[in-house]
Amino acid sequence: MSRFTFTFLIYILIWTAFTSSFDPQELVTGAVLSFIVATFSYKSFTSEGLSYLHPRKLFYIVKYLIVFFIALVKANFDVAWRVINPKLPINPGIVTYKTNLKSDTAKMFLANSITLTPGTLTVDVIDDKLYIHWIDVKSTDPETIYKEIGAAFEEILKEIFQ
Amino acid sequence: MVLTVIGYILVTIGVLFLFLGALGIFRMPDVFTRMQAGTKATTLGALGTIIGVGFLQPEWIWKTLIIAVFIAISNPISSHALARGSHKIGIKPYLKEGGVDTYAEVDEGVKEA
Repeated sequence: MSRFTFTFLIYILIWTAFTSSFDPQELVTGAVLSFIVATFSYKSFTSEGLSYLHPRKLFYIVKYLIVFFIALVKANFDVAWRVINPKLPINPGIVTYKTNLKSDTAKMFLANSITLTPGTLTVDVIDDKLYIHWIDVKSTDPETIYKEIGAAFEEILKEIFQ
Repeated sequence: MVLTVIGYILVTIGVLFLFLGALGIFRMPDVFTRMQAGTKATTLGALGTIIGVGFLQPEWIWKTLIIAVFIAISNPISSHALARGSHKIGIKPYLKEGGVDTYAEVDEGVKEA
């Protein structure tokens, strides 16, 4: 039930954003459609449901978005600098990153965050190992890799998904 | 008025990063490094232009935000799929001396159907 309500709320939020109006007709149509679609899809949409709306989790979700956005902007300047620099300062390689996260959703978010942060791109995820293409390999020591690439995200994602 | 100025600034930043992304694809040596330039620069480029358009036409802002969220979710997934596929069909990443490729040890390649 909690999973269904959560799915329904997200769908109606997207509907309202798309129609950009609070006209009762629009809202009723949106509610009916969201209800029908949520009935069929809530099982695959979420496994946690309303627990994401707990204030503590909401706080970490906002924190995650801020950290993520700063990393995204930094990544862009990093790539822009490398592209403009005539020497093309790259030292690429693929390294193994060991994660402590358990849930699949958390791993997906971690992999996506790593792809969008400076100089790293997730190639594959096998169990608890992420294979990451790093444009400027600084070290092959697992500890350093963990700290440089994903420690900041992992701390926050642990709070949201566990 | 203020919204128009913010909108044009965002669109300009977006277009600039899209151009740098294209330049990166042109300059980088192999498929993986090209993908790095292609994913990151185009994500911010697309977000900048789309949200900038939202500021220029305030009645579209919610739609553009939804599009921005979908781009932010789908862009890394597509680049991951491309990188994984390229490695599996046997494209070796460009490495300098002493470069490592730990994925080569577990990559089984494409299984024949």
